[in-house]
Amino acid sequence: MTTSPSASAIAAAVRGGDTRAIDVLEEHLARIAGREAEIHAFNTVLEDDARATADAIDAAVAEGRDPGPLAGVPVALKDNLCTRGVATTCSSRILEGWKPPYDATVVERLRAAGAVIVGKTNLDEFAMGSSTENSAFGPTRNPHDPTRVPGGSSGGSAASVAAGFASLALGSDTGGSIRQPAALCGVVGAKPTYGTVSRYGLIAFASSLDQIGPFATSVDDAALLLETIWGHDPCDSTSIAQPTPSLRATLDGGVDGLRVGIVEELTDVDGIAPEVREAVEAAALALEKEGATVDRVSLPSSEYGLSAYYLIAPAEASSNLARYDGVRYGLRVDAPDVATMNASTRDAGFGAEVKRRIMLGTYALSAGYYDAYYAQAQRVRTLIVRDFARAYERFDVLLSPTSPTVAFEFGAKTSDPLAMYLSDVCTIPSNLSGHPAISVPWGTGASGLPIGAQVLAPALAEPLMFRVARAIEVAAS
Amino acid sequence: MADGEARISRAEVEHAAQLARLALTDDEVEQLTVDLAKILDHAALVSALDTTDVPPTSHPIELTNVLRPDVPRPGLDRTEVLAEAPVAEDFRFRVPRILGEEP
Amino acid sequence: MTTTDVSTNWEPVIGLEVHVELATATKLFCGCRNEFGAEPNTNVCPVCLGLPGSLPVLNEKAVELALRLGEALQFTMPPQSIFHRKNYFYPDMPKNFQTSQYDEPICLAGEIEVDGVRVRITRAHLEEDTGKSMHVGGGGGRIHGADHSLVDYNRAGVPLLEIVSEPDIFSAEQARAYVTELRATLLALGVSDVKMEEGSMRVDANVSVRRVGTSKLGTRTEIKNMNSIRSVQRAIEYEIERQAERLEDGERIVQETRHWNEAEGLTRSMRSKEEAFDYRYFPEPDLVPVVPTDELRARVRATMPELPLAKRARLVSEWAISEHDARVLLDVPGLTDYVDAAVGALTDGTPRDVVNWASGEVLAHLNDSGGTIADVALAPDALAELVGLVAKGTINRGQAKEVLAESLRSGDRPAAVVAARGLEQESDTDALGAAIDAVLEANADAVVEYRAGDDAVKKKKRGFLMGQATRALQGRANGSVLAQLLDERLG
Ligand SMILES: [Mg+2]
Ligand SMILES: [Zn+2]
Repeated sequence: MTTSPSASAIAAAVRGGDTRAIDVLEEHLARIAGREAEIHAFNTVLEDDARATADAIDAAVAEGRDPGPLAGVPVALKDNLCTRGVATTCSSRILEGWKPPYDATVVERLRAAGAVIVGKTNLDEFAMGSSTENSAFGPTRNPHDPTRVPGGSSGGSAASVAAGFASLALGSDTGGSIRQPAALCGVVGAKPTYGTVSRYGLIAFASSLDQIGPFATSVDDAALLLETIWGHDPCDSTSIAQPTPSLRATLDGGVDGLRVGIVEELTDVDGIAPEVREAVEAAALALEKEGATVDRVSLPSSEYGLSAYYLIAPAEASSNLARYDGVRYGLRVDAPDVATMNASTRDAGFGAEVKRRIMLGTYALSAGYYDAYYAQAQRVRTLIVRDFARAYERFDVLLSPTSPTVAFEFGAKTSDPLAMYLSDVCTIPSNLSGHPAISVPWGTGASGLPIGAQVLAPALAEPLMFRVARAIEVAAS
Repeated sequence: MADGEARISRAEVEHAAQLARLALTDDEVEQLTVDLAKILDHAALVSALDTTDVPPTSHPIELTNVLRPDVPRPGLDRTEVLAEAPVAEDFRFRVPRILGEEP
Repeated sequence: MTTTDVSTNWEPVIGLEVHVELATATKLFCGCRNEFGAEPNTNVCPVCLGLPGSLPVLNEKAVELALRLGEALQFTMPPQSIFHRKNYFYPDMPKNFQTSQYDEPICLAGEIEVDGVRVRITRAHLEEDTGKSMHVGGGGGRIHGADHSLVDYNRAGVPLLEIVSEPDIFSAEQARAYVTELRATLLALGVSDVKMEEGSMRVDANVSVRRVGTSKLGTRTEIKNMNSIRSVQRAIEYEIERQAERLEDGERIVQETRHWNEAEGLTRSMRSKEEAFDYRYFPEPDLVPVVPTDELRARVRATMPELPLAKRARLVSEWAISEHDARVLLDVPGLTDYVDAAVGALTDGTPRDVVNWASGEVLAHLNDSGGTIADVALAPDALAELVGLVAKGTINRGQAKEVLAESLRSGDRPAAVVAARGLEQESDTDALGAAIDAVLEANADAVVEYRAGDDAVKKKKRGFLMGQATRALQGRANGSVLAQLLDERLG
């Protein structure tokens, strides 16, 4: 498959005046023209805006100014990140045509770094799903096998990078929505520590779990993108004031002496495809060869992670999505009174999965059930945090599969919501704990489809996590 | 809850739909009653856990006192804001008649 | 059934919920201006419009103002308070949840002394205000019968402090007194401008009655839409009567919300249809806990003003004025300071004289002009000068009124106005005596009746003759000298 040249190489060439941003862009637009009709990675391709940005970057370089660390790098944005004056839909009918009057903080940072935004990528509606089949605008196809899903919810972002439509992409990860599609599309995808990347302008699914993170074809590029978007934002109360780590500077530090724990509950259980488990074992072996020590570790409460997640996330979502009511923006279905108008608009505007989660969350928060469901799930969250803390007393990083299986076929899990939810079983614990995790490609399965290994690290241990990811990447190639 | 007994009734689904302002069709209510029962069965794992003395975690990170100085900042242009409204009138958002008072 | 039966058989129990808009420059969670009366939808941003992707950040001034009330009314300030989401749909609420406080409010368990009685305050918590709807096509802008509504979000997100009392109030009069005292306290603290007519102070009352001698609380109703302190009292009086009559008639009270109708003087049930409310409170994940630091609390304490209760007591004793006069002064922002400055500049006359002029003429001028004390053209020391002119006998009270009116209008010094208009009063005994003699001559029969009459007749006739003399002197006479000369002649 044709992928984009590395983002760092593009930026270096553009900044040095060796390559023009517009030429880089045209190559990517040509790939989009060639394959987008088949893949459907984008809800919107921003050809004109992107050309204007690329020209401005070239002009800046010609005038001796530095456009920034992502100069001329084509970047795709998940369509739940607000872009000023550009339709931002969350792949939902309810937001169709809405043009935000502001840019998300990460978008501002990308623009300031000289990135060229090529388009808004498809997702499961409001980021609820693991296959991008829940998009109101049709599914995205996996560039490795168009009969299969790209994963989700950030399937469009993962596919856009895998297909070489963009050099980098941003996604959001609430229960694995960056890492799982990265694994299924054979690219790198990372969810940073909660609070390190501003959520301002990310359309909320579940506020206490959502994080924005990078997609790239290499660990180095993922680190470059994360360094760009990292940092405190006064517009996000949950943003932490943490200096930007130099992830790339320590990337090749190796793993000698590191203690790596393979998470039993996420690896050695039914439901994890043998080929996936074998891939993780092989990655662990590779790390061992580089001087790491590897052992099994138990996170006993993680088996409750999925259940807790499917109470917390829908509960928060039911409240976050209440604002889509046909009054201020987006879709309205007319009715004689406002309550009926609200209800008709929401019934028409939301897809089945979104309604399912709104209903589940509403129920979990309602009188008489709050303690048994929502409050109890928040306590389980504490147990999971404690499990991680114990594990990190003995290990520097943890290892597991990213996804239980390789990319599955369209429709394989759409009839059974629980089966689909199980796709997130390996990724959810890090969202509940707020810790960082990254998916790195490790070979392919019998079907020739990519497999991802997941590296988990303690809060703010991104430098370490990227170092281990880099070692896996090197060993895999 | 006894085995086999549905974990959520149709009436409860309808009540939740009313709280969530969703005008569900009968078919949707039917399907959701089945789906939610299944998901809640799975969630029962969590409900059954003994969590005495375990405090809830509502934030993954512990921050306090994130405050903003009381200094005005420019807001949005009204024309731009109202351009997104499904219906605007008199520089305001127009809605069909409101039947109930604010609670 | 008579009112007497009702009031002797039934005892009301009242709890009050007071919402005040905080005197901040910006909204609770965004930098939009917190101002009344702006053009619709001009003070809005992604946050207060609830646009997708926006996030709240708490205004530190709002926290400080809440803590000010907390300190003043001896609340327990818990080490930590958090925000919850209160979920319900309403078109003037942009996110369809209100960010409010629930089981961990910023202030718990305070109290306020109202006319010598302590009323316990359960809690005070921070929350955001809603937008405002205009109802079109119905009668008089009412929601009922309207064809559609138009929503303005300028007020959405304005910081509110909700202050909830215990059911410690046992009459409509006491409810009025509680609201009055709380209002004065909030004003003195600078927490809110507490203008009920602009909605920056809103009062809801929970009213129930129980048979005298019993302790179990009756079913309560919640009364809303009381737009002045006077209507708080009237509405509660009405509601007490209504409930007592129902119960006397063997009916039962329905727990419901009722609206006070000022024009008709009654409360009316607002239930439109049975809609179940289940607010599904849960901790707001987009905000973090507020932990008032010792530093912040010390700063709040250091800037605590004198509270109305103490201030009234001090003024009553220092200035020898009535409790009522002290209340009038404190009710108007800045008026007490103004009077204080005038008293400081006093050379002749008493503080009480200053207070009389201030709470009379100056206040009337303020009400007429609609301005604030800062807009008054008359400097405090100029008011002191006017008091001095009266005390020294340079002008009389009638003349002083005229001078003050002119000074309030133009800002000219009273002495200058007196000089310019030649208003100095006549105190010369010869001149005054001659005028009196002329009056007595012209009204000889009145003099005769005076001499023959009893005390009542004497008083009446003396008043008549005094009036005639005053008029003859065109109001410029020194009243006390004139009276003395008249009495000498009447014997
Ligand atoms: Mg309230
Ligand atoms: Zn605002």
